[in-house]
Amino acid sequence: MLIFEHSRPGRAAHAQMPEHAADVSDLPAHLMRTDAPRLPEASEMDVVRHYTRLSQKNFSIDTQFYPLGSCTMKYNPRACNSLAMLPQFLARHPHAPAETGQGFLASMYELQEILKDVTGMAGVSMAPMAGAQGEFAGVSMIRAYHDARNDHARREIIVPNAAHGTNPATAVMCGYTVREIPTDREGDVDLEALRAAVGPHTAGLMLTNPSTLGVFEKKIQDIQKIVHDAGGLLYYDGANLNAILGRVKPGDMGFDVIHMNLHKTFSTPHGGGGPGAGPVGVSERLLPFMPVPVVTHDKGRYRLLVEADIPQSIGRMSANNGNAGVLLRAYIYARMLGAEGMHRVADFATLNANYLLAELKKAGFDIAFPTRRASHEFIITLKKLKDETGVTAMDFAKRLLDYGYHAPTTYFPLLVPECLLIEPTETESMETLDGFITAMKTILAEARSNPDLVKGAPYTQPVRRLDDVKAARELDLVWKR
Amino acid sequence: MPFIPHTEHDIQAMLAAIGAPSIDALFDEIPAALRNGKLTKVPTALSEMEINRLMQERAEADGRYLNFIGAGAYEHHIPAAVWQITTRGEFYSAYTPYQAEASQGTLQLIYEYQTMMASLTGLDVSNASLYDGGSGLAEAVLMAVRAHKGAARVLMPRTVSPVYRAVVRGIVKNQLIEIIELDYDPATGTTPVPTADMGDFAALVVSQPNFFGALEEVDTLTDWAHAHGARVIALVNPTSLALLKAPGQWGAKGADIAVGEGQPLGAPLSSGGPYYGFMTCKQELVRQMPGRIVGRTVDLDGKPGFALTLQAREQHIRRSKATSNICTNQGLVVTASTIYMSLLGPEGLKRVAAASHANTRVLLEKLSAIAGVKRVFSAHCFHEAVIQIDAPAGEVLRALQAQGILGGYDLSGHYPELGNAILVCATETKTAADLDLYAQQLARILSKRREAPPCAYKS
Ligand SMILES: Cc1ncc(COP(=O)(O)O)c(C=O)c1O
Repeated sequence: MLIFEHSRPGRAAHAQMPEHAADVSDLPAHLMRTDAPRLPEASEMDVVRHYTRLSQKNFSIDTQFYPLGSCTMKYNPRACNSLAMLPQFLARHPHAPAETGQGFLASMYELQEILKDVTGMAGVSMAPMAGAQGEFAGVSMIRAYHDARNDHARREIIVPNAAHGTNPATAVMCGYTVREIPTDREGDVDLEALRAAVGPHTAGLMLTNPSTLGVFEKKIQDIQKIVHDAGGLLYYDGANLNAILGRVKPGDMGFDVIHMNLHKTFSTPHGGGGPGAGPVGVSERLLPFMPVPVVTHDKGRYRLLVEADIPQSIGRMSANNGNAGVLLRAYIYARMLGAEGMHRVADFATLNANYLLAELKKAGFDIAFPTRRASHEFIITLKKLKDETGVTAMDFAKRLLDYGYHAPTTYFPLLVPECLLIEPTETESMETLDGFITAMKTILAEARSNPDLVKGAPYTQPVRRLDDVKAARELDLVWKR
Repeated sequence: MPFIPHTEHDIQAMLAAIGAPSIDALFDEIPAALRNGKLTKVPTALSEMEINRLMQERAEADGRYLNFIGAGAYEHHIPAAVWQITTRGEFYSAYTPYQAEASQGTLQLIYEYQTMMASLTGLDVSNASLYDGGSGLAEAVLMAVRAHKGAARVLMPRTVSPVYRAVVRGIVKNQLIEIIELDYDPATGTTPVPTADMGDFAALVVSQPNFFGALEEVDTLTDWAHAHGARVIALVNPTSLALLKAPGQWGAKGADIAVGEGQPLGAPLSSGGPYYGFMTCKQELVRQMPGRIVGRTVDLDGKPGFALTLQAREQHIRRSKATSNICTNQGLVVTASTIYMSLLGPEGLKRVAAASHANTRVLLEKLSAIAGVKRVFSAHCFHEAVIQIDAPAGEVLRALQAQGILGGYDLSGHYPELGNAILVCATETKTAADLDLYAQQLARILSKRREAPPCAYKS
């Protein structure tokens, strides 16, 4: 039932509104609204009950194992939320002077320094509001760098075919054309193809490492040399930073610019789609182009650097300084982990992934890159199973829901057929992983003995499989009485 | 080990299953020369008790002020239920609803949100959110240019927030889109219909209320842009829409796209975020929209349910041909907004808007009665307006701050032609006593300045 169906004319949550309707007759009639907007008319309890019940129809980290590859669905510590929501933090206006936010800005400055250390970059700006916006800021800086050198021939960004969709989409938003290069059988970038692709037209290469194939790009040093020798810059998609936290720094791999997804590695919640935060780190040569604001510290005071302070800045990503509350949560998380805890993140994320990989391999699953170590995630391919039984990766994923596990990422990366990208994260226990392994084995057996059972899944959710074709053909995007 | 459950026994059992001698060995594919990720500047760990203490101290250092700043972010009462429900783990710690059957809660909520936003703006369809109002406006500009078969030019009044204009420039410049700024009428503070030939352009942006808080003549502007073959992008404050004409009703044909900052609908000010950008549009533009969209459909048994739809617009399907690169959006803030709008309902939102307007009107009366203070523009305003004072705005605002009052947004940086101008805002959260206090303090500060020579004046 929709909230609108709970609505009754004349009902309202009276405690939540000004007692009287103020007189607005001074406003000109021709600019006024004549109809009431369709908002529900409901009591406070109606609303609380409705949305509480809706929440119960979701899978979430707090209720289920959520091994969604590339998304780093780790536990979101509750203190990060409660402390970021202290009343003074919530009440502070974005245009309030820096003196009224020294506590907040100190936290931002320290987070910026922590992120510099973690990435090995020379500067960090926390302006971007998600990974894709970090990519936009990063590629815009690459462009600003070439433009500042009057090197206008560099019109192309190279991305591996395994790259996340935001990479090519970002390059186009920055006015570049995109060239995709293939991956070799081991899951690494095809170096010959890369050599053939680079040249005076190359603005840069966008790379995820460990890659979206769940393996560490072994030839990163060669890649770095090929791109830099051709005059291009190297972009690091930090979506998989969880795999190398405290082990390897992107700056040491030779990257010029990087974004981080704090809603992955730094455990800020995904919130059913967002918000995130996508800070960017840069090497020396891109420092002059960083997006504003950047937090600075002088004479014991913290303040924001703006356009006037960074005249070559690519500019602003948001009207109000980015996702401040998300950054606070990431800061609190970083302080609770400390240096020692951060070193453990990659260790245990990797241990969990390799354990799952080993056990699933023993159970008869096909590993996409069987000769490789898993990073913090890995891919299994159900191509053979599909050929034998007709059961697809999607069917398999849906059946996992019946066993109480969120599905791994399906059909990404696009180059591995019928793939499941599995990322357990460091916060899951061995028993949870074992439960998941058991469910995977059970479904594998079901697929062989009773494929229709798997193809019809799920059976235990609020709805059965949904008709996506109808959703797109007969668009129903707003409720009509 | 904070947030890591492994016992020593687990670690050994897992390594044995893998066939690896140690955790270190799991990183053996990383070239040896790169294996030096040691963190040197990250401090040692704090327990929850310790971080509590630290963050409480920092929050207290920031203090609380009586706030009269608006300028794109507005203080409103947020019902307790809004964030208590929003931060339930099932909403807070869920991912994007790609597995629809296991995400019906979030999906239905977004469908309800889309319905509310479409109705509030008087348009046909809504997406599930963009990052914020500023980047949302940039996306609307890109969308209008994609939909327009002619020139990649967009008309942007100077009454649009200067920070929004900066964000738009930064986001669209690499796609060679020309942004043409239109000046405002210095008497009214609103955008006159251009009389010069503007050539071919894809869209006109109309901000209602505009950055000065003033109400634009939206009908004439809309009809003028449509007569020139362009689309209209309405940049609107969602609270104001409980009172003001919905963009879909502007002029003869209605605005084509509406965008704005969703923060006033239940998001705390929080130093600037997270907020969200909303976007609604006419049906004919739905395939040009950026961002996620939820549709209602049926399941195998014919039972209604919800799923992400029209995904062929998005980066994960269309890659370099997507309508935008956006992936993660501001979902949790949309959750809060949906609950906020449900709790307020049509009457509550209207009362909030009316009380904000009335409070601002009273504040303006009180302030403009002070010697040395006058209003700048003649147009009607919603819940914000520009005042001019006969002393340096920055100094006076600092003096007010010393009294615990944030007196408004200093316009002298972005609009030097307005002199010592301050944008002031009083939402429904302000009491009569608050308004009096502001007026008294401003009167006191200005008269003190007049008595003492400026060089002797210390705030
Ligand atoms: C590899 C990779 N790159 C980029 C992104 C985009 O990040 P965001 O969703 O925060 O915009 C994601 C995640 O969705 C990702 O997995």
